[in-house]
Amino acid sequence: MKTKQDLNKIREENLKKLNLLDNNKYRVVVGMASCGLAASADVIYDIIEQTIKEKGLKDISLTSVGCIGECALEPIVEVYDKDNNRYTYCMVNEKKAKEIAEKHLIGGEVLNRYLIENFKKVTDEEGKVIDVPNYQYRIALKNCGIINPLEIDQYIGLDGYKALEKVLFEMTPEEVVDVVTKSGLRGRGGGGFPTGLKWKFTAANKGGQSFVICNADEGDPGAFMDRAVLEGDPHAVIEAMIICGYAISATQGYVYIRAEYPLAVERLQYAIDKAYEYGLLGKGVLVSNFDFDLEIRLGAGAFVCGEETALIASIEGERGMPRNKPPYPASQGLWGRPTVINNVETFANVAQIILKGADWFKAIGTEKAAGTKVFALGGKIKNTGLLEVPMGTTLREVIYDVGGGLTKGKAFKAVQTGGPSGGILTKDDLDTPIDYDNLVRKGSMMGSGGMIVMDQDNCMVDIAKFYLEFTVEESCGKCTPCRDGNLRMLEILNKITDGKATMKDLDDLRKLALMIKDTSLCALGQSAPNPVLSTLDKFYDEYLEHVVNKRCPAGVCKNITKLLITDECIGCGKCLRNCPVNAISGDVKKKHYIDLELCVNCGTCKPACPVNAIVSL
Amino acid sequence: MEKLVITKEKELLLRKRIEEHKAKPGPLMPSLHDAQEIFGCIPLEVQKIISEELKISVSKINGVVTFYSRFSLEPKGKHVIGVCLGTACYVKGSQSILDEICNSLQIKVGETTKDGLFTVEATRCVGACGLAPVYTIDGKVYGHATVNSAHQELRKIIDEEAAGEN
Repeated sequence: MKTKQDLNKIREENLKKLNLLDNNKYRVVVGMASCGLAASADVIYDIIEQTIKEKGLKDISLTSVGCIGECALEPIVEVYDKDNNRYTYCMVNEKKAKEIAEKHLIGGEVLNRYLIENFKKVTDEEGKVIDVPNYQYRIALKNCGIINPLEIDQYIGLDGYKALEKVLFEMTPEEVVDVVTKSGLRGRGGGGFPTGLKWKFTAANKGGQSFVICNADEGDPGAFMDRAVLEGDPHAVIEAMIICGYAISATQGYVYIRAEYPLAVERLQYAIDKAYEYGLLGKGVLVSNFDFDLEIRLGAGAFVCGEETALIASIEGERGMPRNKPPYPASQGLWGRPTVINNVETFANVAQIILKGADWFKAIGTEKAAGTKVFALGGKIKNTGLLEVPMGTTLREVIYDVGGGLTKGKAFKAVQTGGPSGGILTKDDLDTPIDYDNLVRKGSMMGSGGMIVMDQDNCMVDIAKFYLEFTVEESCGKCTPCRDGNLRMLEILNKITDGKATMKDLDDLRKLALMIKDTSLCALGQSAPNPVLSTLDKFYDEYLEHVVNKRCPAGVCKNITKLLITDECIGCGKCLRNCPVNAISGDVKKKHYIDLELCVNCGTCKPACPVNAIVSL
Repeated sequence: MEKLVITKEKELLLRKRIEEHKAKPGPLMPSLHDAQEIFGCIPLEVQKIISEELKISVSKINGVVTFYSRFSLEPKGKHVIGVCLGTACYVKGSQSILDEICNSLQIKVGETTKDGLFTVEATRCVGACGLAPVYTIDGKVYGHATVNSAHQELRKIIDEEAAGEN
C-alpha cells in the first residue's frame, strides 16, 4: 500500500530519471506496441541491449515504450540526451541498430541519415521540401512512446495518479463532475455526448451499486487509437476510471476490450495488477476511505458490442444485442444499475483535465468541441500512423501536412472517416475544420477516429460495398431493417459492380438506405447506410458509369473490368513478375501485353507499374 | 477432420476455471473464452459441461457461442491464416491476397483444408494499419504483404509440413 507521500517520492525519483538528471547520459527508447513488434522491434531492442552489455556501457537507460505514432516508419529507436534533444531513428534494421549503438551511444555521433527528418519530408506540388507547422498536440497520447507502459513508476514520474490524489483528498464528487462538465469534454468513441453530463446523470441515481465501464471494443476497421493508448499508457485509463468511480459513487469498474488485441489485454492486466499492489485499486484507494475494483472483460469478436447496451448485455453473459433506449445506462445499465460507459480515449483525457483545470482544456480546440482528437491515419497516405491534433484542425492540414500527402504522387480522391458508420469526404471538404458537427453536416461523422485516405485507384462503389459487407456480417439480427434491409442493399450493390443493375436499382438503393436509417433499432443499423448514401451523393457519376456504361472507372470491380497496357510501357517487367497467373508477356524494354483469357483482373500489376501504364477499360 | 477428443485433464481444467469465474457476476463469457482456449472450439459436449457448472441451459449457451465470431463449434486447422480485411488493408489490396491463398488451398474463407492443416479466415482489423496490407499466420503478423510474398510464405509452410511427414 502506498500513501500520497510514497507516490511523491516515486514521482520525484522517476522524473529525474526520465529527464536524465541522474547518472545516465542517454535514454534510449524502442517503440514496441503491436505495429513495432510486427516490424520486429523486439529484435532491434535485443541488439541494442546486447551491445550495451557487451561494451559494458553503464550510463544508458534502455526502455521499451508504446506507440510513437509513426507506424509506417517502424521499427523506431529514439535517443534522448542530457540537453533534452530527441533523435528519432526510423526503419531501423539490424545493421542500423548496431551502428546507432556503436556510433551514437558510444561515440556520441548523431547519424543524421537515419533520422526521421529524412523520411518525413513534406513537399509542395513541385516536389520542393516545405516546412510545416507542428499541428500535433498530445493530451490522450501524452505518455505514449515516452514511458514504459509496464513501469508504473515512470507513469507516476510524469504526474501519474496526481489527479487521483487531488480528487480523493481535495475535491467532492460533485466538484469532479463539475470540472469535467465545464471542460466541454465529449465522448471520443464517435457519438460525442458530453462526458460530464453522462457522469452527472449517473451520479444523480444514488443508492446501491453503480458501475464504471471503459469501452475498449475498438471494432471499427482501420482504427487503432484505443489500442495505442492501452498498449502505451494503460495507467492513464485506470486512473481516470478510478476518478470516475469516485465522482459517481461506483466501486466496481470493467474494461470491455476486444480479444483481437492480445498485447493491449496483457499490458492492461499487468497495469491493473500493479495498481492493486500499490493500493491504487482495491479497498481504501491511496489509504482513503474510497474503494474501487477493476476487472477486464474480453469481447469475442462482435462489432455491435461497441454499442453501449450491447456491450452491457455481453458482460452480463448474453448475446451482444442492443436494446431500446431509454432507459439509458445512466439509470439502468449493467445488471440494471446506473452505469457510466466511456471510450478509452475519453478516459485518457480526464486526469489532465483534473490537473490542469477545465479552462485549460476548453481553450484547446473549438467552441463546441474542446480538446484534441486522436486519429489513425491510414490507406494511401505517406505517413500512416497515429496523430493527435486539436479539434478544428482541417482535413487538409491532417492529410497533407501531418500525413505528408498521398503515396506515389497520386491524386487525392476521398477520405473516409467514422468507419462503417461514417461517410466519404472529398476534395471540396478538405478545408473543413474537424469537429463532431462539421463532419455530420458534410455527410460523415467523427467516429472513433479512423481516417482512411483513398486515391484514384479506389472505386467508391466498391468501398460502399466493402462497408456494407461488414455491417451485414456484424448485424446482430434483432431488428428487421438492419438484418434484412442491409442485405438487400448489398444485393443491389453486387448487381451494380457486376454490371447488371438498372437505373431503378439506383433509386431503390437510395430509398432503402433512407428507410434503414430511419427505422433501425440501434446506432449500428441507423448508421449502416451512411457509406452508401455519402458515396451516392458525392460520386453519383461513378455509380452511373457502373450502371449505364457497365464500366468501373477505377478498374476495381473485376467483373466489368479489363486491364490493358498502354504505350507508356517501358518494358521493365515489374508487372510480369508480379502477375500471379502469368498472364503478362513481353520482352525486356519492349511493350508488354496482357492475355485477357488468362487475366483474372486482380489488379496486382497496376500498382507495380512505375509509369502508370496499366489502365482499366 | 479429426474429431475433438475431450480428455479428462482438459475437462477438469475447464471445470476448475469455471469454478473461479462463478465467484464473480457474469461468469458465462469468461468461461467460454477459457473453453475456446482449452479445446480450440466449443462443441455441444463442451457446452454441456459449462451448462452443468453454471446452471445455464445449453440452448442459451449455444445461442451465445454462435453469436460471437471468436467462438467456434468446430476445431480449426493446425495453421490459421488470417488476412486482414480492415479498411486500411482493403484499400491497399488485401482482398487479392485472400483470394490467392484461398485459391492455392482450394478452400473458401472460413473453411479448413481436408487434411486439417490450414484454416483461412478474413480477419477484422488487427490494428497494424501502418503496415497494411497485413496477414497473420498463427498469430504472427506479416506486414507490407503482396500476393507473391503471401504465396511464398504459404509455400514454405506446405513444404515444411511435407518434409515433416516424410
